[in-house]
This record gives sequence, C-alpha cells and structure tokens, in this order.
Amino acid sequence: MTAPASISLTVNGERIEAHVLPRLNLADFLREHLKLTGTHVGCEHGVCGACTVRVGGEIVRSCLMLAVQVNGVAVETIEGLSDSGEIADLQAAFRDRNALQCGFCTPGMLMAAQDLLREDRKPSREKIREHLAGNYCRCTGYQAIIDAVENTARARMELKA
Amino acid sequence: MKAAAFAYARATSVANALELLAVHGEKARLLSGGQSLIPAMNLRLVSPELIVDIGELAELRGIAVRGETLVIGALTRHADLLKSSDIVKYAPLLAAAVAHVAHPAIRNRGTIGGSLAQADPASELPACMLALGATVVARGPGGERRIAAADFFTGIYETKLAPQDLLVAIELPVARKDAVYFFQEFARRHGDYAIVGLAAQAVLQGEKFADLRLGYFAIGDRPVLAKAADQLIGVAITPALLAETSAVLSDELDPHEDQQATPAMRRHLAKVLLARCVATLLNRPDLHAGGAT
Repeated sequence: MTAPASISLTVNGERIEAHVLPRLNLADFLREHLKLTGTHVGCEHGVCGACTVRVGGEIVRSCLMLAVQVNGVAVETIEGLSDSGEIADLQAAFRDRNALQCGFCTPGMLMAAQDLLREDRKPSREKIREHLAGNYCRCTGYQAIIDAVENTARARMELKA
Repeated sequence: MKAAAFAYARATSVANALELLAVHGEKARLLSGGQSLIPAMNLRLVSPELIVDIGELAELRGIAVRGETLVIGALTRHADLLKSSDIVKYAPLLAAAVAHVAHPAIRNRGTIGGSLAQADPASELPACMLALGATVVARGPGGERRIAAADFFTGIYETKLAPQDLLVAIELPVARKDAVYFFQEFARRHGDYAIVGLAAQAVLQGEKFADLRLGYFAIGDRPVLAKAADQLIGVAITPALLAETSAVLSDELDPHEDQQATPAMRRHLAKVLLARCVATLLNRPDLHAGGAT
C-alpha cells in the first residue's frame, strides 16, 4: 500500500490526473510535479503560512495536506488567483505600499488576505492582523502589509459604491 | 522535513476504519484533519506504517441538538464550530475558544475529534471539555463507550483511547440560560499555542457563583479542572478570599518548564487569569488585581 495512488483533481481549473506516493504533501505535489512554484515551502509544519493555497474554496496549509487527500477536489494556487486577475488590485497595493521585500511570504500573504477580503469587505486593522497572524514575514515588519490589505478593502468598497 | 514513507488507506465507513485499526493496532494512525498528525510526521516525531484516512466519513461531521445535549461529530472542523449558531447559543465558551485555535487556514482543516484525541496539553479544546463537562464517545472492538472528559486526558498526548479506538463524537450538556463564560489565553502570537490559558464556565446566583468550573491549559501534562474554584462557590467573594483561593490554586498546579515560560511564570499567569475571570464574571472591577501579586 506504500505504492503510488492515483488522484484526479483540478488545479486552477485544469484537470489533473496523477500517481502519487502517500507521503507526498500537496505543496511538493504542486511544486515538483506541476511546476507551480509560487506556493512556497517554509517550515513544513504549519507555522509559517508560505504554502497557503485554496482547497475547495477554503485556504489551507498545503504542507499539512497529503496529495492523496485532494482527490476529487478543486485546488487553487497563487498562479491561478494571479492569472485570473482576481487579486490584481491586491498585488498592486502590495507593490505600491512596499508590502514585500524578498517576496518569500507574499504568495501566502496574498492568499490569506484575499480570503479575509472575501468574507469581510471592510475589515478592521485588528481583524486583518488576526487573519494574517498565521503568516510569517521576516522583511517588512507587517505594517505595510496591513496597510496594503486595508487600502485594497477601501478601494473595493469605493468601486462598489 | 518530509514525512517518512507510509501506507495509506481511505476508510469507507466507521466499521471499515475500526477493522483496519483492529488489524494494525499501534502501527496505524488515524488521519482526520491532519493539522497535528502531519506536522508530527513531517518532523519525524511519529512514523506510522499505515495512515487510515477517515476524512471522508461524512457521518462523523456535524452538529446536532438532541434534547439537552449538544452532539458534535468528531470530524467537525474548527471552522464549522465558529460558523455554527448552535455552538454560539448552546456552548458559547467553545465558540470563544475556537477563535484562538491556530489560524484560519488550519481551522479550515483541523477537527474537534482530532484535537481531543491528540491531547496536546497546550491546546484550547481539551480544557473547554473539562469546563463544559463533556463526554467523549468512542467506538472500539468492544462497541461504543462514553468517557467523561475529566477522565479522558491522562498525560501529554495521552488519553483513555486505545490504539484500536475511534473517537466518534463529543456530547456537551446544553449551556443553562444563566450560564456565563470566560476565555482568555496568553500567547506570543494570536493563534499560537498558549503559554497559559483558562476556559471557564459559571452559573451566577445574585452576586455569588452557584457553579464555577475553571479549565486551565498549558499548565502541565494535561488540562486541569481547578479544584480551588470550589472555594468560591456559594459565598460572597472578597479580595481576601480571592487571594486565599489564588494561593490554593498555586499549590494545586504543577506547571512545566519549556522555552516559553518557567513554572513560576506559569503559576503567576494562572493567578492573573483567575482574578480576571472572577472579576469579569461577577462584574467586580475591584477584584481584578486580586491574589495575583
């Protein structure tokens, strides 16, 4: 039973069939097998948040899921959110506000920030901090990231108004 | 790091999962949300030969109210608990506590059954189970049995569950209408494991406690239902009594040392939480500093 198992899923809308070893985690599957290297692998035990992706529409730690567990579900990565334009404004706000330096945490930050903005259109700074608390950044000191998320929320509200 | 190689079986039913556990025993581990097990495997702290994935057993997921009992399926996720109006209404302490369990991405996968079976002494939910007087429902080769939360946790990562057992549900008495609760923890970062935390539920009678249950966590090798609370039941609470209770609490606790805190610091924080809890529940700001010095 340590033999590869076959899985069938969609990644960023594209159907994928693969044979994977049980021990392969979702982050490594995305990076090594599908060459989607925007998902970053930091701590590999759920602490840093760099590997955050969407599974079935909800954000998860891809280092804490096995590839065999995503059989039959829809996975979305930073490449998907970026290419579709879903987070173009959020990305621009990060750039404008210098909310990244080395960029290692950025894909996970964007996934977590967009997750918050989908459930709360006008989050307080405290709420933003809380929602992003599971994502480490070692460059920015976080203030600029909070600013960028807050600015995006405000801009989206104005757009709707 | 990466997990060591293991075999993988997707359980098709509770009976199927129990069969697999009966055959493989300690060599197998159940995978529910995986938010404790997978990190432990990635760190090579555990290397099971077989993973029995129960994640798709939908019958184990969900929240139901049956009479005076709230039944929570083992695979109910932390995010489900947060969104549930039944939890807010019938177990508000649990709703408050779950907001402190890790981070959104982890709450989307982690399950209540997994958290309780893992029995990490620094985690929030085991202490809530003590404060709420929960019953753990487990199924094993001998059938189904019920274990009081007070007896369930036996040490660090240790419970009354045998390797062949599957935790299937949690039963909580529906909170009385006059029940009040308090939840607070000290953590370096929101969502991290607590340095010390307190999950408490009480029943008020005028300005006294008719009942007070204090569930401490991250204070030793298992969650603790503080006996010191009994001193505060049915009597008028003075700063002197609170200080005395605080001393009793300090003697009762046996905190551990780790990189986050010394035993002395944990004792101090536990006393701070006691004072805050009592002052908050009784709406007595004068008690806020009580006994923590």
